[in-house]
Formats: sequence, C-alpha cells, structure tokens
Amino acid sequence: MTNEINGSKKVIVFQLKDEEYAVSVDQVGSIERLQSITRVPQTADFVKGVINLRGVVTPVIDLRARFGIEESEYTNATRIIIVYLEDMEVGLIVDVANDVIDIPEDSIGAAPEVVGAVDVDYIAGVAKLEKRLLILLDIQKVLSTEEVDELKKVEG
Amino acid sequence: MDTSQYLDVFIDESMEHLDVLYNQLLELENNPEDKTIIGEIFRAAHTIKGMSATMGFQDLANLTHNLENVFDAIRYDKIEVQAGIIDVLFETVDHLNAMVKDIINGGDGTRDVTEVNVKLENIEKGNFFSNTASDVVPEEKHANNGSNLHSFTSLDEFELAIMEESLERGYKNYEATIYLNEDCLLKGARVFMVFEVLEQLGEVIKSEPPVNELEEENFDLSFTILLVSKSSADEIVHKINKVSEIANVEIEEFSLENYKINRNEEQEIGEVKEEKKEEKGSTSTDSVTTTAKKKQSNVRNTIRVNIERLDMLMNLFEELVIDRGRLEQISEELNHNDLRETVERMSRISGDLQDVILTMRMVPINQVFNRFPGMIRQISRDLNKNIAIDIIGAETELDRTVIDEIGDPLVHLIRNAADHGIELPEDRVKKGKTEHGTITLKAYHSGNHVFIEIIDDGAGIPRNKVLNKAIENGIITEAEAETYTDQQAYELILASGFSTTQQVSDLSGRGVGLDVVKTTIERLGGSISIEAEPDKGSTFSIQLPLTLSIISALLIELQEEKYAIPLSSVIETVIVHKDEIFHAHHKMVIDFRGKVVPLVFLNEFFNVPKMKEQDDYLSIVVVKRGDKWAGLVVDTFIGQHEVVLKSLGNYLTNTKAISGATILGDGQVALIIDSNALIK
Repeated sequence: MTNEINGSKKVIVFQLKDEEYAVSVDQVGSIERLQSITRVPQTADFVKGVINLRGVVTPVIDLRARFGIEESEYTNATRIIIVYLEDMEVGLIVDVANDVIDIPEDSIGAAPEVVGAVDVDYIAGVAKLEKRLLILLDIQKVLSTEEVDELKKVEG
Repeated sequence: MDTSQYLDVFIDESMEHLDVLYNQLLELENNPEDKTIIGEIFRAAHTIKGMSATMGFQDLANLTHNLENVFDAIRYDKIEVQAGIIDVLFETVDHLNAMVKDIINGGDGTRDVTEVNVKLENIEKGNFFSNTASDVVPEEKHANNGSNLHSFTSLDEFELAIMEESLERGYKNYEATIYLNEDCLLKGARVFMVFEVLEQLGEVIKSEPPVNELEEENFDLSFTILLVSKSSADEIVHKINKVSEIANVEIEEFSLENYKINRNEEQEIGEVKEEKKEEKGSTSTDSVTTTAKKKQSNVRNTIRVNIERLDMLMNLFEELVIDRGRLEQISEELNHNDLRETVERMSRISGDLQDVILTMRMVPINQVFNRFPGMIRQISRDLNKNIAIDIIGAETELDRTVIDEIGDPLVHLIRNAADHGIELPEDRVKKGKTEHGTITLKAYHSGNHVFIEIIDDGAGIPRNKVLNKAIENGIITEAEAETYTDQQAYELILASGFSTTQQVSDLSGRGVGLDVVKTTIERLGGSISIEAEPDKGSTFSIQLPLTLSIISALLIELQEEKYAIPLSSVIETVIVHKDEIFHAHHKMVIDFRGKVVPLVFLNEFFNVPKMKEQDDYLSIVVVKRGDKWAGLVVDTFIGQHEVVLKSLGNYLTNTKAISGATILGDGQVALIIDSNALIK
C-alpha cells in the first residue's frame, strides 16, 4: 500500500452507533454532507439510493443497515464517505466522520473471533490505540456485490 | 525517434487505409482494368508503408512495400490483374490487417509472412502464372519504351504557349525527374526544397504528380517537372543535388515538336487509349477529375479529432444541458421577462449546439460494413458456398460509441447467416433457388433509431429443432414450447444457455454465442428481433438508439419521486376514468383505440412508499416494445425534457426496469425507466 510509511497506515475514522471504524485513505475519495437521495426501487435494504455527486450518479449505502446495526435518524453530523474500489464508486452513510489518523502497523491485530456473530467477513482487523479501539474495514467485502446479489435473491 | 505519441494516429490511419484496400480490391475484382482503382490501392499501400516504416514496424513496411511493387507493376501495365492475383492480394491485406491488430493490442506487428512475400515477388516478376509469362515480356518492353516518351502526355494551350514563348526568348524547356532517397522521411519538405531551388533557376510550369499531391506526399519516390530556365542542364542538376536526400536527377530538354507529334499520334489511336490517358489524371475533363476534386475538398475540409476530446466536449455539454434545465426552471419560477427571453435564446442555441456535437460524433456505418465483403468472400471459400453480399445504406450515420460496439455482434450474425442460413449450392438448386445465396446488410434511420438488418435468402430457422434444443437445455418447458409463436421460437436462439457447444470453432453454430450478441445490443439500449421463413431465409433486425448520451424523455411523478421514460418508446399519454378499466385474466387492461393494453401500476411495481388515495382518473403512459404495448400508470406527467443519460455505476447492476439515471435541473437524480422490461 502506498501510504505505509514507516510501518504506519493512514486511515479515516468514523463512527457507527458507539463503535469506531476505519478505512484506508487510499480508498476514500471525499467526505460529503448528507444530501437528497433518490431511492432506487428493488435493491437491497441497505442501498439507500443514488446521489448526484458533482454530476456523477453515485449509489449510497447505509453502513448501519449493511452491518445490521439498528438504523437511526440522520442528523447534522451524518456524513457520506465516498469510497473507490476498482471500477466502483459508492457512498457510505455513517453517523460521524471523526478523524484522519496514522495507525502503527504493529497495533493492528486480527479480527476477533466472535461466537455466533452474523458475518464479520468485512472486518480486516482491529487496531488498539491507547484507549481507542478501531475496527478496520475491508471495503471490498463491504461492497461485495455477490453478497448483495445474494441478498436480493433472498428478498426478491 | 520516439514515435509512441503518433501511435494513435498511425492506428487510425492504417485502419482507414486498410478499409480502402479491402474495398478497392473488391472493386478491382469486378473492374480489373480500372486504373483509378489501382491508383487508389497503390496510394493506400504506399501510405501504410511510409507510416509503418517511420513507426518502426518493419514487417508491416516490408509487406506493404511488396504489395506496392505489385501495384506499381499493374499500374504500368507490366502485369495484368487476374483472379489468382486478387486472391494473393486479399491474403496480403488480411496479413496486414492482422499486423495492425497486433499493434493495436500492444504488439510490434511482427508476423511470419515469408510465404505471401514470395508470392507477391513472383507476381511482380510476372511469373505467377506460367501461361501468362509470355504475355508479360512484350508488355514490359512496351513499358520500357514508354519511359522514353515524355511523362507529360497532355499539356494545355496555356502551358504550350508559355513554352513556345520561352523558346523564342532564348530560354530552354527542361523535363526533369527527381528521385528521392528511399529512406527520405519528410518527402513533402524535400519537394518544397527542390521547388525552391528550381524557382531560383527559372519557372516550373507543371509537375507530375500535381503540386498539391506532392505536398500531401501522394507520390512514390520520384516526381517530374517541366521547367523553363536559362541555365544549362548540368547546372540545374548540380543545384538540385545540393538538396539532401536526393538520389538522382534525370534531366533532358523537352522538345515541343516531339510532344506535338506524339500527341497527334495518340489522338489517332482512338477512344480506348484516350480514356486511359485521361485516367492518368492530366486532363481537366470527365468524371475522373471531378472525383479527384471531391476528394481534395474532403481532405481540405476535415480535421482529425481524438475521440477522447469529443467525449470530453460531450461531457461538458452534458453539464451544460443540466444547467440549462436548472435555468429554465428558475426563469419559470421568477417570471422575469428579460431573464425568460435570455434563457429561451440560450436553450435554442444550446439545442443547435447539441445537434452539432452529436453530428460530430456521427460516423457512417460504412466503417463497420466495410470489412464484411472481404469476410464473406473468405467464408464462402471456407464453406464451399456461393455467397454474395449486398450492402444497402452504408452511408447511414451512427454515434461513434455505437459503431465501436456494433462490429462484433454483426460479424457474429453475418457468420451465422453464412454458416447456417445459406445452403450449399447443390442444395439451393434442388430447392429451385439460384446457386448463389445473398446476404443483405441494410442500415437505415427511423425516428430516433437506427435499424440494421441482416437478411439472408437461405434455409430459414428450423422451428422444431430450436424448440427441442431449448427444452433439452432446460430453457423452456414442453408446455411452454406448445404456446410459442414462430417468432418467439426463433428468438430462443438468442437465449443464454441455448447452445452448449463447447467446441470452439472458427465459425459460429447457429445460436453459438448469439446470446452475447443480444446482451451487447441490449446494453447499447437496442433490441433485436428475428423473422424467418422455411427455405425463404431469415431476417435479423437490430434497433439501436442514435446516440447513447442525450435522449428525449417524458418526466413523470410517482408520489414524490420523479422518473424519466425515454420518449422513443412512448406512444401517447392518456387519462382514463376508473370505469374504463377492465379485468382480463386477472390483469387490468384498457381499451386503447381498439387495442387491449395491459396496465402496469408503477407505484406498486417500484414499491413507492405512501400510496396516495386512488383518483377517479388514471394518468397512463402508453409505451411500446416492438408491436407489444403496455400502459404505465403514473401519478402526474411533468413534461418532455432532454435528459443526459448517466449510468448507475458498477455497484447497482441488476436494477429491474431501471436503465440508468439522469440529473434534473434542480440537481436531483431521476431514474430512467426501461419500459422494455415492463412489457411482457
């Protein structure tokens, strides 16, 4: 990764409910305020629709819904983090976008084994920083279309 | 020299010249005597040679060089055009094509072409056919004699007068032929330098080829000029030789008397020769020169623009269209007179601008059709069939992006028609048909669409075989098969999974991979349908949108949500009373002009939240797909707008009945309804 200088990793930190998550800055295009979203019918529940991102129609997904956390009203602090992945461009709706920080590589541990948890495929690791605990996300898995397609089939 | 920056230009131009080669070769096959065709081919080959040598594609340059030599020989009547020769020439062009393709794919265009090179060299030497070898010798002699004659076979009165006058005044008339070095890179510049020298010495009356062709480097390595000068021949040669990259200069005095004698002789020889002479492009009469003039004006009035720049322009224009929509909306709200007038003017101008930009991106479908005659020729040979190809409407224009995509599907369909449609000659005769089958390629505009039809007069499609195979492969059930109309049955060959043939062959099986064709066409926003009649033939019709980026759409509202329905599929909007809705087979239908049209309630279909109370009247958009109609029930019509088509991105790929999105004047995203998907 390009941002691994001196064994550290630059990430964007955001919050969902009371937990902090992190995505690599490489994959983040911008952080946007909430704007009006056009619903797209017959898509997965967590796909909130599409927005006009400076002329580009960009899908947005609600990360709370995607992770199975109970949804809440959007507030002034709600942000859309635009992430890029290969040829995809998707907005992630998060409660608050907190920070850009460097995480030392050696503070990153493996994803915890959660007994009976639903699906934690998209957790790439966990970073402990003094008193903070950051959950590193694997955006590829978060956006995995196969899974989205699966879901569609189940709901369809 | 770093040539990578020229690679795109090189590829573009090579492809164009290859097209010319293919076309002109086909023409030549029918008119082996036509010198203009031979000239065209020679020039195309020559240009490719020059370009590829500059770019360092040596194999390509060598092969074109040999091709060029053959045509040079044909041009000067050293050899005759014969069927066998044409075959080798086609083979050569196929090789050239493969090399250029290799270069396009990042290769260096190397290819083993020793065999075809040897063949070409043999042709050039005139011993390709032993039986014609004897004919060749005298011809060659004739050509040699010819070189002693003046290259200027026709001079106009004015030119003759100048020369006569110059003689009277003690000037001399010279005819000089200047040969450039074979590796001369900037021939045009050399010519310019030579002319500069010549103009110091005297006056150039005429050149062969003409000056404008010299400027465009439309000549081989030599050119001939008529010069009026007081200097001696030696002095002229000496001065011309000072220009670098000159291989040789031949000069002799131009004898007016000889010229006059020759001309009189030639005039007596009769019409046939007369024609040939004219084709050499020296006189200013007849169709030959008019076509030449046409070509010149084409060259002068066009410039080559990178498609990326056009795309960029298009993108910017799309932004403008969105802002225009916004302005229109604001001006309506404010109801300010001056503002409204200005906005109206701006709308009109940008409408014109849109037309200009769209036409700039339009290219004739000829670019795609071009390659098919050659292909058909090859296929008929491979299959031992007798197939002719008839092309109608090659000038029909299509958006560049569509052109780029449509080639492969067409190749597929044409191969399919040749392979499975057209029968073997003996079978055709048994059926009482002509021995040769015909594949007709037809393109035409209709409304906002382009139609392309591939028609063959072959065996048609065996309905039962298709149905059986579809049942076998689990695409349909036997019960379904019973209910299928002929057309539905034929269209099964486009279904994915129809053909399970694993064998990869050069020619497609009927149905092999045709699902790809269907997918490609649908991705382009088009559709394909099939009609066929046993032993009469089949017709594959493709309907494509003219352009992919800006469309006219009807904006409608479903509760709070706005959607766009492409106008191309809308027949009419109607408002009907609830009482006029009938139930037929658990479906709601209306009687629309005597036609029973099923209704689709979009609110339900799209799960629009908060259903509004049902009105007594329903607003319905009647849409069509082929000859099937449906009524889409909406809440409100907003009106017709030009919208810019945008994709939903690669994340939302399987959206049902939504083909994309657009951005409205207020910045909101509206989804575009794919009404085709709503009509069953």
